[in-house]
Amino acid sequence: MLHVEAIYWLIGAFLLVVAFMDARSRRWSAAAFWVVIAVPFLFGDAILAAMKDGTRWPAQAVGIGLIALGVLAARGKLRTHEDSREAQAQRRAGAERFGNTLFVPALAIPLVTVALVLSAPYLRWNATPLIDTSQATLISLGIACLVALAIALRVVRAPFSQSLVEGRRLLDALGWAALLPMVLATLGSVFAATGVGDAVAAIVGAVIPADSRLACLVAFALGMVAFTVIMGNAFGAFPVMMAGVGLPLLVLRHHANPAVLGAIGMLTGYCGTLLTPMAANFNIVPAVLLELPDQYGVIRAQWPTALMLLAVNFALMWLLVFR
Amino acid sequence: MNAWPLLGVAVVVAGFAMRANPVLVVVVAGITSGVAAGMGVGDLLALLGTSFVSNRVLLLFTLMLPVIGLLERHGLRERAQRWIAGFRRLSLARLLVSYLAMRQLLSMFGLYDIAGHAQTVRPLLAPMSEEAAARAAPIDEPTRMRVRALAAATDNVGRFFGEDVFLAFAGVLLIQRFFESQGIHLEPFAISIWALPTAIAAFAIHSLRIAFVQRNLEQTRTGTDRPDAAR
Repeated sequence: MLHVEAIYWLIGAFLLVVAFMDARSRRWSAAAFWVVIAVPFLFGDAILAAMKDGTRWPAQAVGIGLIALGVLAARGKLRTHEDSREAQAQRRAGAERFGNTLFVPALAIPLVTVALVLSAPYLRWNATPLIDTSQATLISLGIACLVALAIALRVVRAPFSQSLVEGRRLLDALGWAALLPMVLATLGSVFAATGVGDAVAAIVGAVIPADSRLACLVAFALGMVAFTVIMGNAFGAFPVMMAGVGLPLLVLRHHANPAVLGAIGMLTGYCGTLLTPMAANFNIVPAVLLELPDQYGVIRAQWPTALMLLAVNFALMWLLVFR
Repeated sequence: MNAWPLLGVAVVVAGFAMRANPVLVVVVAGITSGVAAGMGVGDLLALLGTSFVSNRVLLLFTLMLPVIGLLERHGLRERAQRWIAGFRRLSLARLLVSYLAMRQLLSMFGLYDIAGHAQTVRPLLAPMSEEAAARAAPIDEPTRMRVRALAAATDNVGRFFGEDVFLAFAGVLLIQRFFESQGIHLEPFAISIWALPTAIAAFAIHSLRIAFVQRNLEQTRTGTDRPDAAR
């Protein structure tokens, strides 16, 4: 049976290849960054199993590694590999030559994933499921990426090594930003374990009538928007509001559906992203790129959409979450 | 109840607001909460380590990078740009609504970085929007700037309210991991499907607003035509 651990090994191997390429071009801190991140992928299950048996040093070492990652991220600069004339010409020629078949491998990723997820319960060998059904989505996505890569290599007739070089180019360009969702999820777990969620819940409960579903939902939605506006990032707001209000008050107390609350709650935060200059990538950078006289021009163009959508999101949550 | 761990939240808010490196902010916030909760160094490091390892699924998207990188090298973005350039003869409303639909659909399939402000809005969508808006009659400078801003806003709306439908998007996995760490098991697919109603609503609302802008343009146009007729 295929476990999700196999997919993690694959990611760990790719991170090591990226680290190796960075080391070869003497970018030592970038290389160190990816090596540290590769550790949880290569030894993740062993670390968690050791922790359960009471051997804590591997997990503690990862904790030290995480602190090192924070320091490396703050020191390192984002690196964009420069774009040469030949590369531009090659891209234009490729777009001409391959046409819309270029979309086929890219679209194969979601399509193969969904097909595998839906068929996973029926894929069996001697009554053993081929795919660990408790992690079906993640394993399916991993397989879909390999299938898509095989198709892509056939379509553009390139050697496998070229895909690693290009993958490294993208990962290096993302740099620490690639790691941000993972560390934010980590923070969510730490907040929950250290009682931050309970403290926020207690305060919110003291301010609003916690017995009222409506009051709790209003607090959750407005909290998502407000925290997103301040931080410029809905991913950062999510662990705070979910640990503080979403989980203790809405899910545990009022039996809200966690999947619906999570999905639409996150999108409620996105309405805040449309409103805030703190989300500079999306709201300020384009104003500069487009040479608008008003740096808030883009926000001005999108705030009515954001507010109307906020109202819709709230209504959707109210209707769907407590069913 | 110990309220001191809340200092961690304060660190996150202040750190993000001060534009410090977000990874460093998050690590410092985690340490702050742990110390404030009265944890020892050993416990705190073990908590950070196990939490980090348990959330490693959030880097799953890196497996897509070799495929996307390879396709980009052979012209995936250029192909997408040419596709958008094919909308050239549309009216402003049709142009922007078509772009919105395309941007949302591609994002839903995980291709959220194929378009963007630098890749498509500045070189293509903004000039094409201005051209479409000015086709029947010249527009003044403030209107031209508003049309440009609307093009950028359309890209944002299309991206934001498409990407969460993709089941391997970081936002979806962040939600999944959060609940998993609290002992609630959800499949990413079951989460991402609930982003669909909002995606549809975002398309409807923003399209209506675009149509509204187009109608205003036409009205001011007939407004400027009328003095000529009266003369």
